[in-house]
Amino acid sequence: MRKASKVITVLVFIFLYFPIIILAVASFSSGTDIAVFKEFTFSRYAELFKDAALLRLVRNSAIIAIVSTIVATGLGTAAAVGIHRMGKKMRGLVMGMTNIPITNPDIVTGVSLALMFAFVGTILRSNAILGFWTLLIAHVTFNLPYVILNVMPRIAQMDPNLTDAAMDLGCTPAKAFFKVTLHEIMPGVIAGALMSFTMSLDDFVISYFVTGFEFVTLPVEIYNYTKKPIHPKVYALFTLLFLVILILMIVMNILQSRSESRREKMHIRAKAAGGEV
Amino acid sequence: MAAELIRLKDLVMEFGNERVLDSINLTIEDKKFLTLLGPSGCGKTTTLRIIAGFQKPTSGEVFFDGQPITDLPPYKRQVNTVFQNYALFPHLDVYDNIAFGLRISKLPEKEIDRRVGEMLASVSLKGFENRPITSLSGGQQQRVAIARALVNRPKVLLLDEPLGALDLRLRMDMQNELKQIQQEVGITFVYVTHDQEEALSMSDTVVVMDAGKILQIGTPEDIYNEPANAFVADFIGESNILDGIMLEDYKVKMFGQVFTCVDKGFERNEPVDVVIRPEDIDIVAADAGHLCGTVTNVIFKGVHYDTIVDFKGFKWLIQTTDYYPVDSYIGIQLNPDDIHVMKRSEYSGLYGDYSTFSDEYDDITNADESADEE
Repeated sequence: MRKASKVITVLVFIFLYFPIIILAVASFSSGTDIAVFKEFTFSRYAELFKDAALLRLVRNSAIIAIVSTIVATGLGTAAAVGIHRMGKKMRGLVMGMTNIPITNPDIVTGVSLALMFAFVGTILRSNAILGFWTLLIAHVTFNLPYVILNVMPRIAQMDPNLTDAAMDLGCTPAKAFFKVTLHEIMPGVIAGALMSFTMSLDDFVISYFVTGFEFVTLPVEIYNYTKKPIHPKVYALFTLLFLVILILMIVMNILQSRSESRREKMHIRAKAAGGEV
Repeated sequence: MAAELIRLKDLVMEFGNERVLDSINLTIEDKKFLTLLGPSGCGKTTTLRIIAGFQKPTSGEVFFDGQPITDLPPYKRQVNTVFQNYALFPHLDVYDNIAFGLRISKLPEKEIDRRVGEMLASVSLKGFENRPITSLSGGQQQRVAIARALVNRPKVLLLDEPLGALDLRLRMDMQNELKQIQQEVGITFVYVTHDQEEALSMSDTVVVMDAGKILQIGTPEDIYNEPANAFVADFIGESNILDGIMLEDYKVKMFGQVFTCVDKGFERNEPVDVVIRPEDIDIVAADAGHLCGTVTNVIFKGVHYDTIVDFKGFKWLIQTTDYYPVDSYIGIQLNPDDIHVMKRSEYSGLYGDYSTFSDEYDDITNADESADEE
């Protein structure tokens, strides 16, 4: 029984990671045939960094991911603080509404955003409204729920007396937020931001519907590539992309486990002092 | 008569349909140690939070030094709070926690350093400057919380059950220390607790509260010796509370006998509650007693024996240093000043009968207390 579960675990991992391994291996092969590994080479990576058009796409994706992450993190954190202060009923309702876009199929979100932009475009009498700004608005829209979802539990876990204590010691509510509350909920804010960043970086479906010709992100353009044979330098790009996301995820996990152990320590100390807290 | 510092006028607090405070009127004198004492849910913490400015009363006013401050936010009030769970900032070390308020008010760093140093010395935490809060014991966290509040030199220090999370021994030490600190810095302390012993041993004035109302305000001696009603008598220490009839001034009738007492000012034949403290009762030989009864239960408590005696079906608690075995027939003697007569109140008949007394009555009290700490 135990052996079987081990075998299954291994199979699952192979199933999950085998495609990426093939991609990574192919990115180091000098041949164009995926099935044959010719010679080990870094030349795909060299080619990649010489391809100005491809690099511009990467830059576009990075700009959208970074800007939308910053905006969504700011708005989402503020929203989470606000939602937390609502009454129980209202909070449940708002949280439910916040969660719907996450489960909503991307294609529905994409098409409805595109329709909305078209509608606004008609009102503004502009037929070239789709571009950087519409893309940014769309990314902020689908990133917001992830930030709120990550920040809310942190606020709920936080000792509400901490904010009171800050105000007691002379902080205005805004100062209390930046000096105390923000520090307490930071792990949630960072987790939300990282999630936004990765979501934004790899979004294809929604971006496809809301962007124009002059500002195209990497996933949207790659989709066009797949209609013709993909150049192996794209494998190199994907391998690097995978590494970036992997590193982000590892950082996120380390941050989370660190803040948890800190919380636990505090709890144990207080317990050791006798009595419940 | 010291000067008035804080005055609460007709404070009412309602959460939804629930009335948490019901017309609270209270004057807090300058440089005094005042305790709000009551069971959980009596409104004592809400009262404190209104003084601190964290909560706005539904109606009524708060005056500070004669000025209305009801609408003043907490960061503009000259009061500081020590929270029940300390509420220290976990991302700051001991020094930065204590310096927090001074930095907010933008004092020069040199002055801050001097004042934090002084404060650390007075709460015996020298050398702990750069320790993270998470590495401190409960008692040490408690001291940091007090230092963090006092370093701002407030006119009033508000303390919300600050010793609740400490073990008994530490609690005793901190009680003495708190009283000492209060006398040293010479400011007003408003202290919230459900622990009657804490209240009696530290306070200049005790305010007993229940169900959003103030039942009695007085010195610890007053509250203990002259409880206003059956609730106060029962909440502060142990009491036998009996039905009586005030025949005339200085004469009260109970158990079919007339006793001389020191109370007056009641109607003729007014039904009253009579309080007799267990430690005031003298046990004598059966034939020499005012009342006679049978011992039904004895528990050794160290300093004394808790002796339960059945007088015609009503069981009394008597604390004596002498041992009377179960089933012995004894008499008791009551001196006039052992008897305290109180007006009837809504609490009459609810407290002060030891008929349901069992060996576990201490555990029951403790269970109440730990529920209160939640």
